Amino acid sequence: MNEEEIITILSEVRDPEIPVLTISDLGILRRVEYTHDAVRIQITPTYSGCPAMDIIQADIRSELAKHGLNNVEIKQVLSPAWTSEWMSESGREKLKAYGIAAPATHACFLDGEDKPESCPLCHSKNIEMISRFGSTACKALYRCLDCREPFDYFKCH
Amino acid sequence: MDLLSAYIIHLADNALILGHRNSEWTGHGPILEQDIAISNIALDLVGQARNFYQLAADRLNELTPGEMITEDDLAYLREENEFRNFILVEQDNGDWAKTILRQFYFSTWQFLLYKELVNSRHPGIASICEKSIKETRYHVKWSSEWVMRLGDGTEESHNRMQSALQMLNPWVQELFLPADFDFDADDSGAGILPEQFKDEWYHRVNKVFDAATLPNFSSEKAHIQMLSGKNGIHSEHLGLLLAEMQVLQKTYPGAKW
Repeated sequence: MNEEEIITILSEVRDPEIPVLTISDLGILRRVEYTHDAVRIQITPTYSGCPAMDIIQADIRSELAKHGLNNVEIKQVLSPAWTSEWMSESGREKLKAYGIAAPATHACFLDGEDKPESCPLCHSKNIEMISRFGSTACKALYRCLDCREPFDYFKCH
Repeated sequence: MDLLSAYIIHLADNALILGHRNSEWTGHGPILEQDIAISNIALDLVGQARNFYQLAADRLNELTPGEMITEDDLAYLREENEFRNFILVEQDNGDWAKTILRQFYFSTWQFLLYKELVNSRHPGIASICEKSIKETRYHVKWSSEWVMRLGDGTEESHNRMQSALQMLNPWVQELFLPADFDFDADDSGAGILPEQFKDEWYHRVNKVFDAATLPNFSSEKAHIQMLSGKNGIHSEHLGLLLAEMQVLQKTYPGAKW
């Protein structure tokens, strides 16, 4: 077993609230070290109070246990702070296919407009915000003015 | 308790107490979307509080060998006069206007503070603020929009904002009054004195009040208060809040999910 193989195993761990995304798609898996049968992992939360973090830690442990790795230390690191820029390209595609608009890139850093590019269902750009907060801390709620469907937007953060 | 730990706990207490107040709206919000919004803000704040409490607990344990304090002990087992939060954040929710104004005042303060503390000489404080400031910026945006919407809305919503101003303005002055731990944090470079961003706070608040057709806030009008949340002298609201928030841990010590 080496670190790369462990990262491959951990790629199976999914976000419990957006199960199409793995923790590597999200960019929250920050570091994996493997020495003398001990695994040391660093993860970073998306939002300070994200309730998925506890479940993700438990899932990491059980996934590694399946491969006989029981000596696992998981540390939450806060700096550098997670940003939606760390989401992988394949993660963005999976989100859209799941019906959630992917985060705008760079927008929030340059005081640009933090809004979805288009409706993830019909791809219309004719959209409007319903609420700044959606079903989880990382999402806002929008609606498409063409196909009339409401949809979630993964916020630029 | 040493002054740096008290400073960190002050930051944690503000976030926890306002987070708890906001969570009281869960299931009672004026409409579903805003119920979700205020609950999400509660979640961010309680998350920030956990990070600060953990930092304080680690420090207290390090200073006193053998001590095994946890973040939960700090949140659930301290008494009213040991809390270091502002009187503003413990005020009861009242109506939506009062909740919005309380959030707007506090988030604007917290944003300006975190903006400085991302450069704190204390690496733990700096990293929590680096993480939290993005959330806080969003809270400022959301609450500013609501202040404008209510202030510049109907006669009813405008009047409710006016009464919220009357109820909450007396507690604003405390946001900028330094306690011992502020001076200590300022000296060591771990924190700063809040009066350093007082003018900026007034500027930002009044800009939103202009758009909301609400009267500008002037420091001259502020009242001198005998209470000082930062020094553990609270209004009657905190004790009632803690009674509810802490009852489980005090009745069944060490209970876990």
